[in-house]
Amino acid sequence: MTIPDGAMLAARLRDGDRSAAPQTLNLVENRTPEGRRQTAALLRELSPARLGGEAQGHIVGVTGPPGAGKSTLLGELLRTWRGRGLTVAVLAVDPSSRRTGGSLLGDRARIAFDPTDDGVLIRSTAAAGRLGGLAPSTREAAGALVVAFDIVVVETVGVGQSETDIAELADTVAVVIQPGSGDALQFIKSGIMEIPDVLVVTKADLREVALRARRDLAAALRSVGERDTAVISVSSLAPATGIDELADALAAHRTVIDVPARRAASRRGTALAAFGAEYGERGLRAVGGRRAAERRLAEADPQADIPALLDLLSPDAGQETT
Amino acid sequence: MMRTYAGHSTAEKSNELYRSNLSKGQTGLSIAFDLPTQTGYDADDELARGEVGKVGVPIAHRGDMAQLLVGIPLDRMNTSMTINATAAWLLALYIVTAESDPAGAVAPEQLSGTIQNDIIKEFLARGTYAFPPGPSMRLIADTIAYTVEHVPKWNPINICSYHLQEAGATPIQEIAYAMSNAIAVLDAVQARVPADRMEAVFGRISFFVNAGVRFIEEHAKLRAMGILWEELGRERYGVTDPKALRLRYGVQVNSLGLTESQPENNVQRIVLEALAVTLGRDARARAIQLPAWNEALGLPRPWDQQWSLRIQQVLALETDLLEYPDIFEGSVVMDGLVAEMLEGSRAEMAIVAEHGGAVRAVDYMKASLVDSHRERLRRIESGEQVVVGLNRYQQAEPSPLVGDGDGGILTVDPAVESQQRDAVRAWRDARDTAAVDAALTELARVARSEDENIMPATLAAARAGVTTGEWSQTLREAFGEFRAPTGVGEAAAQLPSDDNAFLELRDEVEHLSEALGRRLKILVGKPGLDGHSNGAEQIAVRARDAGMDVVYEGIRLTPAQIAASADQEGVHVIGLSILSGSHRELIPAVMDALAQRGIDVPVVVGGIIPDADVEPLKAAGVAGIYTPKDFDITGIMRDIVRLVADRHGAPTGGG
Ligand code: B12
Ligand SMILES: Nc1nc2c(ncn2[C@@H]2O[C@H](COP(=O)(O)OP(=O)(O)OP(=O)(O)O)[C@@H](O)[C@H]2O)c(=O)[nH]1
Ligand SMILES: [Mg+2]
Repeated sequence: MTIPDGAMLAARLRDGDRSAAPQTLNLVENRTPEGRRQTAALLRELSPARLGGEAQGHIVGVTGPPGAGKSTLLGELLRTWRGRGLTVAVLAVDPSSRRTGGSLLGDRARIAFDPTDDGVLIRSTAAAGRLGGLAPSTREAAGALVVAFDIVVVETVGVGQSETDIAELADTVAVVIQPGSGDALQFIKSGIMEIPDVLVVTKADLREVALRARRDLAAALRSVGERDTAVISVSSLAPATGIDELADALAAHRTVIDVPARRAASRRGTALAAFGAEYGERGLRAVGGRRAAERRLAEADPQADIPALLDLLSPDAGQETT
Repeated sequence: MMRTYAGHSTAEKSNELYRSNLSKGQTGLSIAFDLPTQTGYDADDELARGEVGKVGVPIAHRGDMAQLLVGIPLDRMNTSMTINATAAWLLALYIVTAESDPAGAVAPEQLSGTIQNDIIKEFLARGTYAFPPGPSMRLIADTIAYTVEHVPKWNPINICSYHLQEAGATPIQEIAYAMSNAIAVLDAVQARVPADRMEAVFGRISFFVNAGVRFIEEHAKLRAMGILWEELGRERYGVTDPKALRLRYGVQVNSLGLTESQPENNVQRIVLEALAVTLGRDARARAIQLPAWNEALGLPRPWDQQWSLRIQQVLALETDLLEYPDIFEGSVVMDGLVAEMLEGSRAEMAIVAEHGGAVRAVDYMKASLVDSHRERLRRIESGEQVVVGLNRYQQAEPSPLVGDGDGGILTVDPAVESQQRDAVRAWRDARDTAAVDAALTELARVARSEDENIMPATLAAARAGVTTGEWSQTLREAFGEFRAPTGVGEAAAQLPSDDNAFLELRDEVEHLSEALGRRLKILVGKPGLDGHSNGAEQIAVRARDAGMDVVYEGIRLTPAQIAASADQEGVHVIGLSILSGSHRELIPAVMDALAQRGIDVPVVVGGIIPDADVEPLKAAGVAGIYTPKDFDITGIMRDIVRLVADRHGAPTGGG
């Protein structure tokens, strides 16, 4: 079994060679010790220090309840982004339970793309155990691909409280809901839901219901004092509408955030998740619990890469597990 | 040996065949179109590759249609066209051909015939859809509204439940989904015709059903359908004329159960299935088509079809079948079965209604069919359901029927495709471009309009010389593209605790995944226009249940799309499924596309692959080939696991 060389893949990604992306994804998913070593090499070679700053791409989280229209919308967004000359990678996270171990990954079927266009990559990945959760490999993947793609989208299923992972990973989070489902409204009003950066109401072709949903959501946001969140109504069915406006809103959000701070937080979250995946609750206890681990990571250099952050945690865990 | 599929390859060849049949006393025409025509592509489209002239005739424009019908008296002809997504277009070509017939114009009022024009079963089973559900239903409603006024002797729709059983439907699902489909169609038309026309519309609707080998139950199914149809007419649409209320149906008997192993046994099956639709007079079919003994081998030759025709003739002319009134009248057993069917169907129809009707319930119905089919295959695999010659009594004498040089099937001359490609290009070069552009602009405008009927603009486009691909592309742009649901994601996971072979397989998958470092990942791909999805769906579901990560995107992918998906998804193995006969062109095309991307993973192929094609495919690099006789899907999965293990030098065998 040949495991790709992480440093070499990193060099290709740094050069903007997008054809290195599939192998990069194979690598970060690889759980063998050698696979983890090469992934660490990859991530080190893509650190802000190595890149001379944060990767210029935009990590966009697209999340929402099942069947809200996320994938179909991505197909339209993809067309618009490509029309603007932007390259795009989509990581579609499959929510299906892993009761049998295997998954049916069908999302890419909903996202129309031109197979000869090397500016687009779509990869289906499996979810972590819980709804809305992200496998550590997905976080690592997004961090790596954003070096070579202008936009990296992570599509997950979830609504309500389950978006913490995606909020931690993405520069911009768009929550997608379909008209007629009151969930999001309730969550906003009751303050349960983290307020997304962009709120998208799909299926505008359904007219009145869609209009009403958009109005209600905007009102709910105002009532909790949120004025910055854009609420955008789209239809992904021909003739598609609202897509340009959405692409603009996403791009605009990228310009107002503190990217280095978000990315640093994202790397810390990824390191913690990777640590958890590797050493489990027992490992976390050994470093004094989740809070303590978070504190330790927070003190680290904001530019520290994920392997370095992991090193901050691992020695203690190492003692415990040997 | 190569022989031309004379009834189909080209308009000219088909015309010869039709005329010869007519001169022998046949009174009607039945036109089978090739898959590109059925799905709205011209012969030079990438997706048409390998399919031009294969399972039917290619018709790209009014010139082809005129050629197809030359010398045929359209004023006296009853023409049945198996056409759905592009039905409005082919009907327009037919009307235009009649009005400009060199032998004398024939007016639309004089034309009689049928278009299948049923889209829901295309989404659920048959696969020749072209547009999303909403616009597709509108096209159906438009053609019905148009023909009721202008082509009154035409049957504008044939609601099909046949294909649902072929996709795994139980009798109850077959009834319930067909009736729900009819409701969706009738409701859509109701919005487009004056109220007093509904009785005429209702009376024009006919069904195309299936009959399986459990022929007593199947007969009960048809009686139940008759009762439900009448009820629907009376209660929902206020129909009172008893003639209009009677269920009119034609049948093609079950082909899904016909085997590749010991294919001669299929003859018995076909005879029994024919009884299901003829035994009781009160629910007897109007027209019957029987498949041939070599159904699972490939396309039937004229001799094979003749044998099936003779079955019907023996039944009708030698037996006493047709001499009695309804022989089940008063039968407690039959009445009981019918009552059961009615109860089950009503419950299932209620579920579809809860989803908002058949159009909205397509996802639900598709997933239910995939689930039923999985259960069917599980029963066959475990031996619970006996299939003689397949899973019981497999020992047999060599069959003299398949010994012939042609392998017992018909093959199509591949030159047909390039000829048709050149011909359609020549047609485009020779016509009045300005007229074509104007017609397409008008068509696009009407398509985007709310309630204008599509037929007049479609007729104008036909007259202007527009092609099938152009008409369809214009509508695709207006309506959007669509991929039907695959139903596989929802199919509930099956976790048998007592099937040792399956449990061992899962262990093997786990071990290999561990050795690989990530979960074993397979791409199941359907290249080309072939709509036969059953096999791919069941392979995908089983692979998932065995613990693999499965990428399955549904039907109708180009080789380039499959290669791109395989690359981006990082799969360890690729499984391709083709049943339509285009494997000789498409499998090598996929292999080339993979090579171009530098993807070097094992590729296996399944479907209708005649023996003669096995060696050439292996020479092209295919690692394993499976056909309908390989009913042990767990065994197929195990082969696949071992192929990947070998490729990666991983140890095999469960730990
Ligand atoms: C069911 C069926 C249909 C259904 C399909 C429903 C569906 N959604 O799949 C319906 C009724 C819709 C249909 C329509 C048509 N059909 Co049809 N159909 C069949 C039939 C009877 C059975 C196929 C089947 O589903 N078997 C059950 C599944 C589970 O078995 P399977 O696919 O063979 O899979 C097994 C193996 O082959 C293998 N396998 C298959 N795929 C894969 C993939 C991988 C990766 C692996 C490892 C293994 C594997 O493993 C499976 C397990 O045993 C066959 C004849 C026959 N008895 O085989 C004709 C047949 C395939 N159909 C045929 C034709 C011509 C048509 C039509 C064109 C007819 C027409 N003119 O309208 C249309 C076209 C539809 C389209 N869009 O392409 C021809 C094809 C001729 C040829 N190859 O030259 C056949 C052979 C019949 C015939 N003799 O004429 N059909
Ligand atoms: N009417 C309408 N239907 C839409 C629109 N967008 C998507 N749909 C339909 O909504 C259904 C779900 O769409 P998807 O894009 O698969 O939704 P999703 O959110 O990605 O779904 P999951 O990945 O399963 O959670 C499909 O049947 C789409 O055709 C839209 O703008 N209008
Ligand atoms: Mg999705």
